[in-house]
Amino acid sequence: MTDFDAASATTPGASATRASTAQTDAGVTIRNLTLELHGRRLLDNVNLDIAGGTITGLAGESGSGKTLSGMTMLGLQPKGSEVSGEILYAGVNLLEQTEDQMNRYRGTEISVIFQDPTASMHPMISIGEQLTDHLRYHLKLSKKQALARAIELLGMVKVPDPHLAVTKYPHQFSGGQLQRIAIAGAIACDLKILIADEPTTALDVTVQAGIMHLLRDLCDTLGLTILLITHDLGVMSGLADSIAVMRNGRVIEVGSRFEIIRNPREDYTRSLIESLPNRQARA
Amino acid sequence: MADGLVLDAVSAQYRLRGGATLTAVDEVSLDVRPGEVVGLVGESGCGKSTLAKMICGLQPLSTGIASFDGTQIHPLKLSRRDADLLRIQMVFQNPYASLNPRRKVGSQIEDARRIHPSTAPTVAELLTQVEMPARSADLFPHQFSGGQRQRIAIARAVASGPRLLIGDEPIASLDASLQSKIAKLMRELALEMGASLLFISHDLSVVRLIADRVMVMNRGRVVESGPTEQIWTNPSDDYTKRLLSSIPIADGLGNLPAYQG
Repeated sequence: MTDFDAASATTPGASATRASTAQTDAGVTIRNLTLELHGRRLLDNVNLDIAGGTITGLAGESGSGKTLSGMTMLGLQPKGSEVSGEILYAGVNLLEQTEDQMNRYRGTEISVIFQDPTASMHPMISIGEQLTDHLRYHLKLSKKQALARAIELLGMVKVPDPHLAVTKYPHQFSGGQLQRIAIAGAIACDLKILIADEPTTALDVTVQAGIMHLLRDLCDTLGLTILLITHDLGVMSGLADSIAVMRNGRVIEVGSRFEIIRNPREDYTRSLIESLPNRQARA
Repeated sequence: MADGLVLDAVSAQYRLRGGATLTAVDEVSLDVRPGEVVGLVGESGCGKSTLAKMICGLQPLSTGIASFDGTQIHPLKLSRRDADLLRIQMVFQNPYASLNPRRKVGSQIEDARRIHPSTAPTVAELLTQVEMPARSADLFPHQFSGGQRQRIAIARAVASGPRLLIGDEPIASLDASLQSKIAKLMRELALEMGASLLFISHDLSVVRLIADRVMVMNRGRVVESGPTEQIWTNPSDDYTKRLLSSIPIADGLGNLPAYQG
């Protein structure tokens, strides 16, 4: 199913043992992550601390490597990629895990939501069945238990009338509701780390506001760790506790939300801030 | 006869299965005078794209009259459009779909030049106007990024010397850092040509940068319209207020935009 290229080279001298500090148990630490594909270096020594229980923003333009970084965390980087470095989670280097081991993390403790929520949905199976299938695949639940849990999850993400919603199909929902359903699927099996890749970019601004509130609430109530990947600095400013800026496969600046938006050090970061419409004079 | 674009109580209705009627555009009146930049703002399903299609002749009107520079806009047919209506050109949202992938960029811009060849700038001049290198003409669309393709699409739209340029969500598919730039470019080019610009977008922040007047659409109707700054600072309609308060502000303070669950 995935293009994960298991157990690629680690950095020279780095031991394959666990680095278990309290910090890595809660969040994710990316160290010296480098990825090359067809001779091109797409990620260049990426270092990133995704602190547990917080929302870490990964900002940058198209091609900066932000999505690729998120995909590599899940072991979903393109086939043929040569990866080195460490992605430390709960005392384990995810880059050294086998496909089977990664399958145990994916969709349970570590999950992803995309710009297009239907990317991971079957158009011809009811969302109730998709959720219960997912739950029963990972957890030992009866059909009845799984359905009850699915309804509960839909309630948590504020999909209206969950009892009715489980009988419906993806095309019967709006974009915002589909994103909520995708989030329900992501949190279903004891999620710890959520990778949100442009989760609101395709949504209307009023709908986007709702999803932003939802992500913040879930982070607070479930103690989730969220990696928020987006080029939208307005969304970043509202949600992210800390922000890392990427350009051409490198992390060029990291700071708190306030520092990055109000007091950036790097010229590139400054240019991103200044390109925001409310920073500009009228034409 | 009034100059510019005039829509007088136009509607677009679709018949649905089961006999029900969907009114996508509900008695909308608007005008865009020469040299004006008008922003049309609204969210998905408000009818703004249907309205854009009606102006181009891609969507028939169920009621009302649409005219441009005194000529009535009628649905496109197999025969060539009236010369007047050829003066309406559109830039579409998806830069990956609106350019022919199998033809060089230069030849696609040439197509548009052929409408008024004697007055049209050269392909090289047009590319320069959209800040693209002249050698882009010999390349194919896939060799460019989304933002670059959109510039090419603008060059093509401008090549025919339009008097009305319409952008239907022309920046929505671009990185945030590019959006203001491209919007301003469209305004600049339109005004330079003495044309008007109808800029359709869900992004009120960007519309504010370039529009002289703004109209807000919701559920097929225009709910508010007026000078840009007035709409922005002193909206009177509830939907407009909701729209404005939903916009996330990059102030670094972690405040979420308003949301009514």
